[in-house]
Amino acid sequence: MASISKSLTKKMLTKTATGISGFDEITSGGLPNGRPTLVCGAAGSGKTLFSIEFIVRGAINFGEPGVFMAFEEKAEELATNVASLGFDLQKLEKDGLLKVDHVDIERSEIEETGEYDLDGLFIRLAYAIDSIGAKRVVLDTIENLFAGLENQAILRAELRRLFRWLKDKGVTAIITGEKGEGTLTRQGLEEYVSDCVILLDHRVVNQISTRLLRVIKYRGSLHGTNEYPFLIDEEGISVMPITSLKLDAQVSSQRIPSGIPALDEMLGGKGFFSGSSILVSGTAGTGKTSIAAYFANECCNRKEKCIYFAFEESPQQIMRNMLSIGIDLKAHVDKGLLQMHSSRPTLHGLEMHLVDFHKKINKFKPKAVILDPITNLVTVGSMSDVKLMLIRLIDFLQAENITVMFTALSLNTIVNEQTDEGVSSLVDAWLLVRDIESNGERNRGMYIMKSRGMRHSNQVREFIITDRGLDLVDVYLAADGVLIGSAREAQQLSETAGQVLRTHALSRKDLEIKRKQRVLEAKIASLKDEFESVRDELNKTYVEEDLRKEIIEKNRKKMIETRQSKNSSNGNSK
Amino acid sequence: MATASKGITKKAIKYELRLYIAGNTPKSVAALSNLKKYCDLHLKDQYSIEVIDLLKNPQLAAGDQILAIPTLVRKVPEPIRKIIGDLSNEEKVLVGLNIRPLKK
Repeated sequence: MASISKSLTKKMLTKTATGISGFDEITSGGLPNGRPTLVCGAAGSGKTLFSIEFIVRGAINFGEPGVFMAFEEKAEELATNVASLGFDLQKLEKDGLLKVDHVDIERSEIEETGEYDLDGLFIRLAYAIDSIGAKRVVLDTIENLFAGLENQAILRAELRRLFRWLKDKGVTAIITGEKGEGTLTRQGLEEYVSDCVILLDHRVVNQISTRLLRVIKYRGSLHGTNEYPFLIDEEGISVMPITSLKLDAQVSSQRIPSGIPALDEMLGGKGFFSGSSILVSGTAGTGKTSIAAYFANECCNRKEKCIYFAFEESPQQIMRNMLSIGIDLKAHVDKGLLQMHSSRPTLHGLEMHLVDFHKKINKFKPKAVILDPITNLVTVGSMSDVKLMLIRLIDFLQAENITVMFTALSLNTIVNEQTDEGVSSLVDAWLLVRDIESNGERNRGMYIMKSRGMRHSNQVREFIITDRGLDLVDVYLAADGVLIGSAREAQQLSETAGQVLRTHALSRKDLEIKRKQRVLEAKIASLKDEFESVRDELNKTYVEEDLRKEIIEKNRKKMIETRQSKNSSNGNSK
Repeated sequence: MATASKGITKKAIKYELRLYIAGNTPKSVAALSNLKKYCDLHLKDQYSIEVIDLLKNPQLAAGDQILAIPTLVRKVPEPIRKIIGDLSNEEKVLVGLNIRPLKK
């Protein structure tokens, strides 16, 4: 769009916003300005409501007066019918913003003879338009003329003239028409009104009705071609442009805690990404709702708004149940931070649920949304329908940077982990809570199947629910496998006992060693003594030897001396 | 019906007719002249015709639920009857207005 130059933009078809929520988005602006639009559909598909809302919203929101020409209902009936939607037609008429003209054709009192035309209708319409300066006109349902008048040839020619006249008048008009067999309208009005055709449908599948709107044709404009579900409630019609065409939502790297510190620890210490989608799946009674409630609680504690859609339990029931694990959701509800909506999935079709989510989310503007559990939605649609609906919901939420947490029930114990509604590929983080049955007891284990864009633990943690809340503990890896529950506790106890014993044994051994050392030291001392004595002994002989040697030497010397003196007395004997 | 109309003398019934037109179109002119002709023929001095031009008084169209032009409305006697078209078929007009033609 942006690439189209300004001069061309000026020449493009101008549009008249209807004010009907969502409709202006799918038609990128509303109905073609100054041209007639055909709204067709079967009985009860909401044609009259669509057109009256066009007029009323125009008058209230855009200050454009409108003329409603009713061929079916009387003005008073119409006023009563739409009063339930909060439209006060009488007041608008008094303010000069609306003119309702009831055209009544009673065939029994009309006789036709010869040529005629519908100038009377033209004059009435012109008078109504000019008297309030109307910009918007509705003819509901002009086909009733065919029932009232015999001469079809005249009628058709006159209708053609009427639509051309409306164009010349420059009013934006809606002409409603009843759906015919194989044609859009019974009388083939689509032949005359060719600028924009909108089909309303009301379909019942599996006893659940869904209202659908489709823009069949829109000359000179881009428009969504899908069937868009719409909702009629106390605020009128809401249509939703639910299929976003691109994956270009802004992402946030901000992290938000899950409410369970140990779980945040597993998710790289910080929790989920803000605006991401989280799936918590598990078998029955594994604490999915508790995790969701914790998440909601945490969100509200941060003073951020949160909306909780429950399909199994009533808000009161959830609040009571969650009190038992130490979280008071009611306080948050009272403060206006938390909204809880419970409805049975069978209340309306999937698309309708989606419209409902959109409406409530747009109104409340939460930072987090919880759907508990999505598996219940399967009762109103097939797996693939649910998946499609969730894709659209996730698209929408991501565009708004709203974090969403789904819970999903795995029906069989042999968990087919990869196919939980097939949404696993859509979600950013997937927590799996599962039963681990052993030793005659059932325990819960939790692990992170995936968590895009962050380091996360690969560990199976035991997930425990106590009066004080939820916590995760490390499962115990023993020699004979993973231990959980009481087995883990027993193991831990026996470990503690072993520890004590070991310390005891250790201290005894220490004593022993000391004693041994002492013995050894004593032995060493005695050996030393022995050695001393041996050495002394050895030394003693050695000294004696020396002494003897000395004495012998001395004796010899003495002997020699004595002998020499003897020789000298005998004269020179040499 | 036949017995009922017999009871009341013809003089007592006064027809109030209203013809809606939009400007002097050939159809309107034809309708008015046709109407005058039938009335003079069958309702001598028993009728009054009011011609309303919607181009001058458009607000009057809604009152009698006028769609087609020209439209002849029989206001009196009740019930209201309407005949649309240029009134070219005499028989239909008389049936529509519930007038018993005078036999000559």
